Amino acid sequence: MMEWLQPIQTLLGPAWLPIWTVLKIVLIIAPLMGGVAYLTLAERKVIGWMQIRIGPNRVGYFGLLQPLADGLKLFMKEIIIPSGANKFLFILAPIMTLMPALAAWAVVPFNAELVLSNVNAGLLYILAMTSLGVYGVIIAGWASNSKYAFLGCLRSAAQIVSYEIAMGFALVCVLMAAQSLNLGDIVRAQHGNYGMLNWYIIPLFPVFLVYLISGVAETNRAPFDVAEGESEIVAGFHVEYSGMAFALFFLGEYANMILIAFLTSIMFLGGWLSPVPFLPDSIVWMFAKVAFVLFLFLWFRATFPRYRYDQLMRLGWKIFIPISLLWVVVVGAWMQTSYWLW
Amino acid sequence: MSFFDVVFYLFAAITVMAGMGVVLARNPVHAALFLVLAFCSCAGIWMLLEAEFLAITLILVYVGAVMVLFLFVVMMLDLNLVKLREGFWRWFPFGALIAGLMVFEMVWVLGSRQTADVTTAVVHAADYSNTKELGRLLYTQYVYPFEIAAVILLVAMVAAIALTLRRRQGVKTQNISEQVKAKKADRLRIVKMKSEPKQS
Repeated sequence: MMEWLQPIQTLLGPAWLPIWTVLKIVLIIAPLMGGVAYLTLAERKVIGWMQIRIGPNRVGYFGLLQPLADGLKLFMKEIIIPSGANKFLFILAPIMTLMPALAAWAVVPFNAELVLSNVNAGLLYILAMTSLGVYGVIIAGWASNSKYAFLGCLRSAAQIVSYEIAMGFALVCVLMAAQSLNLGDIVRAQHGNYGMLNWYIIPLFPVFLVYLISGVAETNRAPFDVAEGESEIVAGFHVEYSGMAFALFFLGEYANMILIAFLTSIMFLGGWLSPVPFLPDSIVWMFAKVAFVLFLFLWFRATFPRYRYDQLMRLGWKIFIPISLLWVVVVGAWMQTSYWLW
Repeated sequence: MSFFDVVFYLFAAITVMAGMGVVLARNPVHAALFLVLAFCSCAGIWMLLEAEFLAITLILVYVGAVMVLFLFVVMMLDLNLVKLREGFWRWFPFGALIAGLMVFEMVWVLGSRQTADVTTAVVHAADYSNTKELGRLLYTQYVYPFEIAAVILLVAMVAAIALTLRRRQGVKTQNISEQVKAKKADRLRIVKMKSEPKQS
């Protein structure tokens, strides 16, 4: 594929494969971290404008260096371990949050060729990795030896487990429509002559809504941020964390947001496919769709008040799970008829 | 020893150590976390056998859902360790007997003629999909056992929910559909009135 790399490959011999893989991982993780940093700035700016404020504008032009300043500040701070906390688990928890959020990126395709690992069971792998994220929250809440943190972790665990079911069934609809678990094949199955009319958002619209809203709940974002709930339990599971340990939770949350945005655009919005037939497919479309979904995340946060805990559970169990289950049956029946055009 | 063997023995060692940890850990939360580790390394071993569907499902179902609820319960229990360890030596011979029996069974199964011949993992072609293969088997050859297992699980689920059903008197609940149906006109009365002069 890349001929100019051939001499380096022969020079390194058997060491080539691990080095090349690590290089590819760095090429994904480094822009991701940059994206996370500037997503925090975008969030503060967008919410600021929505609330007729200016947002950060002091550090660098238009506040462009603000994320770096924040990062440096958190880096210089001392990590305080509360007395009575379980030291090993207390340190392990932020790592457990960030690890699955990064590991899931292994199977995400950016365009037709650009994917780290073209796994057949990619969708399943993503589901498994995102389901591991809850451990960071649970361990953090328990190891902190604090009531606020513990309440936050219990809330979050219940919430994530409930919304995962609706999310899983939404993905079942997608894999039924695409007849593949491979994320690249799912995008390719949405290719057609009619541009955006071929995307799965059209036949799977209810499931798209379920997936998007469950995605907001999975990442503990407003209006589903009862796990943090600043006004009730101060900051929930990460109340005892400071410095870089806190920053890792933050990185994990935002990396998960970007991941959900990527998955939404891959599965429902046609990934790198162009919305109109006369323009070429390109990675630019992918990033545009991701930016749009991320904007929705910020928009939700600026618009909606926090759900009360029982209402949140009701939404997950009594509305989303029946809708997505029903749509599995509808899609199954629809695909047997000649009216299935996708 | 090939790279494959190294990885296998690494996962196997972690599994065994985590299993010991589950039994020996003093803190029940630590024991539950050791069980999570055991599941993860088991999934690694299955992955080596190219059973990626089973491996990922193990992570998804057991680690991602079952153990989360387990941890949830264990964290909320107020366990008294001293009381739990009471009578350890009294029941030890019984436990040792069961353990010995299980080891014997395992050796018997693994050493039998059917399994003794299989010494290396079957290598498949690159386009082999474990998911497709499993799906085909489950819905053709094993469709009846599969459906029966599903129905048994459903019955268990209904039974578990039925156990929690009880009517309590004097409980205050909200009627959500009534709340959603409420209109502005039901709750709010707009009164038109002239502005009054400022009182001095």
